[in-house]
Amino acid sequence: MFDFNGKSVLITGGSRGLGRALARRLSAEGAKVALVARHQEELDEVVREIRKQGGTAFGIVADVGDKESVYPIVGQAAALAGPVDVLINNASALGPVPLQLIPDTDCEDFERALQVNTIGPFRLIKAVVGSMILRKTGVIVNISSDAAVEAYPSWGVYGASKAALDHLTRIAAAEMADAGARFFSVDPGEMATLMHAQALPDADPADLQSPDAVAEKIVTMIRESDRIANGSRLIASEWRPL
Amino acid sequence: MKAARAPRADKTNVKLLVVKDGEIEDSSIERLPDHLRSGDLLVVNDAATLPASLPARDARNNRVELRLTKQLDERVWQAAVFGAGDWRTPTEDRPSPPRFAQGQEILIAPDFRARVRGEDQLSGRLLDLEFNLSGEALWRSLYQHGKPVQYSYLEDELKLWSVQNVYSSRPWAVEMPSAGHALSWRLMLRLIRKGVQVVPLTHGAGLSSTGDVRIDLALPLAERFEIPLSTMEAVRRTSVGAGRVIAVGTSVVRALESADQGPSGFTTLKLGPGYERKIVNGLLTGTHDVSESHYKLLQAFLPENILALVSRHLERQDYLTHEFGDLCLILAE
Repeated sequence: MFDFNGKSVLITGGSRGLGRALARRLSAEGAKVALVARHQEELDEVVREIRKQGGTAFGIVADVGDKESVYPIVGQAAALAGPVDVLINNASALGPVPLQLIPDTDCEDFERALQVNTIGPFRLIKAVVGSMILRKTGVIVNISSDAAVEAYPSWGVYGASKAALDHLTRIAAAEMADAGARFFSVDPGEMATLMHAQALPDADPADLQSPDAVAEKIVTMIRESDRIANGSRLIASEWRPL
Repeated sequence: MKAARAPRADKTNVKLLVVKDGEIEDSSIERLPDHLRSGDLLVVNDAATLPASLPARDARNNRVELRLTKQLDERVWQAAVFGAGDWRTPTEDRPSPPRFAQGQEILIAPDFRARVRGEDQLSGRLLDLEFNLSGEALWRSLYQHGKPVQYSYLEDELKLWSVQNVYSSRPWAVEMPSAGHALSWRLMLRLIRKGVQVVPLTHGAGLSSTGDVRIDLALPLAERFEIPLSTMEAVRRTSVGAGRVIAVGTSVVRALESADQGPSGFTTLKLGPGYERKIVNGLLTGTHDVSESHYKLLQAFLPENILALVSRHLERQDYLTHEFGDLCLILAE
């Protein structure tokens, strides 16, 4: 069982929605959380809230879609919270809003989604996994979507970038099987978040899961990660603690 | 020796000179697993490299460059100060910086300043600085304004990407622990699968040159290290068994040989001729010119006559030197 107490957890997209809920939940478990977001004020608010509850949190203002931000992110996280034990690649870019069919999508929108949803996580994995292997501990969680599997019209940019992330997870796990780091991706399901409202503005929030409930499930997945097949794709709504 | 003037795009062609039992053998980094055996322990320095060079100005608007050497306290760092210019000028040719008095302010950015707390007895160019920021704000500013420390033999400005090893973790090093620059995970997984254990420690590798004779003669300065208990235990098991403890870089030697003072702290240990190693049996290291301070450190592993033979061979066979250069594996049973 993975014990969060004193562990260093790096969460991208940490100021809103699922990232924020994970940060609150993990800090309550005793983890030191380093949160990455682009907007200082929102980030400060979450850090303040966690500290007020007695938790340990640090804010890192950066864009995970920018290559040059990667070592500053990981360096700040490691300096402040310690060598990264858990990486949660949660930051996501939806693509064009409102959503567009593939032939109507600008190339730049697809490139941006790939940078944030696929290449950013790849770079962060690259920057933290070596130390995890040497320390023989580490969990990498990539937040995916059912759009990575289902061919929903107008979700091409988001779905393709998340499908690539799922496969990156599987291949990383295959390459480093038994070397000490655990990888899995999670389809969190539909949640009442700002991103969901941007994608589907007519959805009734009452029909959606709360980010807190999904965060709770992901925390149990990480806790039991040594019993989950490395590289698995997990679906939060179907998850039952082992 | 010729300097490697840029990060190596293809690390598989890094040459490796193996020195064992007084014999030398030309090899390559790709053949490293052939030279190690099951039961050996490879110890790496997992310090990430901080962008430790900060362009700044004094109160009279004179340009200076701060090169951080180590963190002493939450807001307090030691730094070597350089006069106007940058890495493109050899350190020994840089103009002297103005003399700083205690309490004087150095401006890095409008919201990022340092106050001089005092100078080291070694030199007025080695200062203790107290920043106006701490915690997240300090680290953010260091990453925002700092650049990797580099020297005039390089062709281009280095990216932070180019000065990290593939297992880097906490940003304690102000120059890349460069003996690990050619190690890939493909290579390390081959070593691990062969039965070679690879374990980390963290050592805040410092500056290799400042151009100030008094400081340079005293290098390496006191450097911070931390050895995880699991690494201490692996070293102990290897030492009582048939395996060899092989350090990747002299910073690892310094930390391991200082372990009798405890698993963490600052080490002032000087390696050199006459030093009797207690723990380390082998060293993977960069290649160094006779004139460099690193050359002296290697005398803790090799007698002067063998070292001279090695130097001549490296020169004749066009081995490249400095942080992106070729490597040398010294196995001293």
